[in-house]
Amino acid sequence: MSHNEIEHDASHGSVKTYLIGFLLSVILTAIPFYVVISGDFSKVTTLWSIVILAIVQIWVHLKYFLHLNFITESGRLNSFSFLFSAMIIIMVVGLSVWIIYASNAMMMY
Amino acid sequence: MSTVSAQIDTKAVSHEHHEHHDTSGDTIFGFWLYLMTDCLLFASFFATYAVLFMNTAGGVSGKDIFELDFVAVETAALLISSITFGFAMIAAQRQKKGWTLNWLLITFCLGASFIAMELYEFTHLIEHGNGPQGSAFLSSFFALVGLHGLHVTAGLIWMTVMMIEVARRGLGNATVTRLSCLSLFWHFLDIVWICVFTVVYLMGAM
Repeated sequence: MSHNEIEHDASHGSVKTYLIGFLLSVILTAIPFYVVISGDFSKVTTLWSIVILAIVQIWVHLKYFLHLNFITESGRLNSFSFLFSAMIIIMVVGLSVWIIYASNAMMMY
Repeated sequence: MSTVSAQIDTKAVSHEHHEHHDTSGDTIFGFWLYLMTDCLLFASFFATYAVLFMNTAGGVSGKDIFELDFVAVETAALLISSITFGFAMIAAQRQKKGWTLNWLLITFCLGASFIAMELYEFTHLIEHGNGPQGSAFLSSFFALVGLHGLHVTAGLIWMTVMMIEVARRGLGNATVTRLSCLSLFWHFLDIVWICVFTVVYLMGAM
């Protein structure tokens, strides 16, 4: 595979990369649904496993379907703008939830 | 000066088979930036849901109304539509018009069945008196899941327009660029759905 083809695959994806991504994402969807529906696990285990699997699945989608990478120039631009938004999102959601839950706890109890 | 133009020349030659490397890259990057701002919109709806989901005003909670089997089928429709859109993009890059249209049509049907299922779920809830006005939990639930549904509906309308464009004009550079933007939009909505089924449905039904 020539350098150009590698770059081509990195920015557009091939049938193979789409199939790998799809297979991984089916597995990563099936497990959390099974864990919750079966109810065989403790609440803490269930919560952490579905959160971690969701994060892994988001990573799989970003890599195999949205072709985020650090190899091509456009891939780097997209990846860094995503990482920046992810940071903002973690701050917006995380801090809002923290503030509201803390004030709720102070007022109710 | 001459070295710069020489560099541009070699770059143009080495990327010749890409065809759409002039401004289409900027278009796609601009669309990606829009999607990142859309992420923030969804993030604020998620934050609202996370704050309000326990306030059920004595009414139903997630445990009472979420049917995970149903959500699993919805998720499957959206996941499969993601890979069929991927195949449509591969066909478009190989300039295969017929296959592009077929895969787009399959993707459209899967997306439409997802929306149909979501509408069924919403009407079912409203009929049983659990409409968005019922409690803060229900309001934020309808807002968050409805926002995602509206995006998917917009994607379906866009896909219809693209199918007409591909059918009438073929797969020119501009058309492939637009398809690439729609592809980003569609896969992005899939990622948002991962967050929705994890945070809303799975955590709600735990």
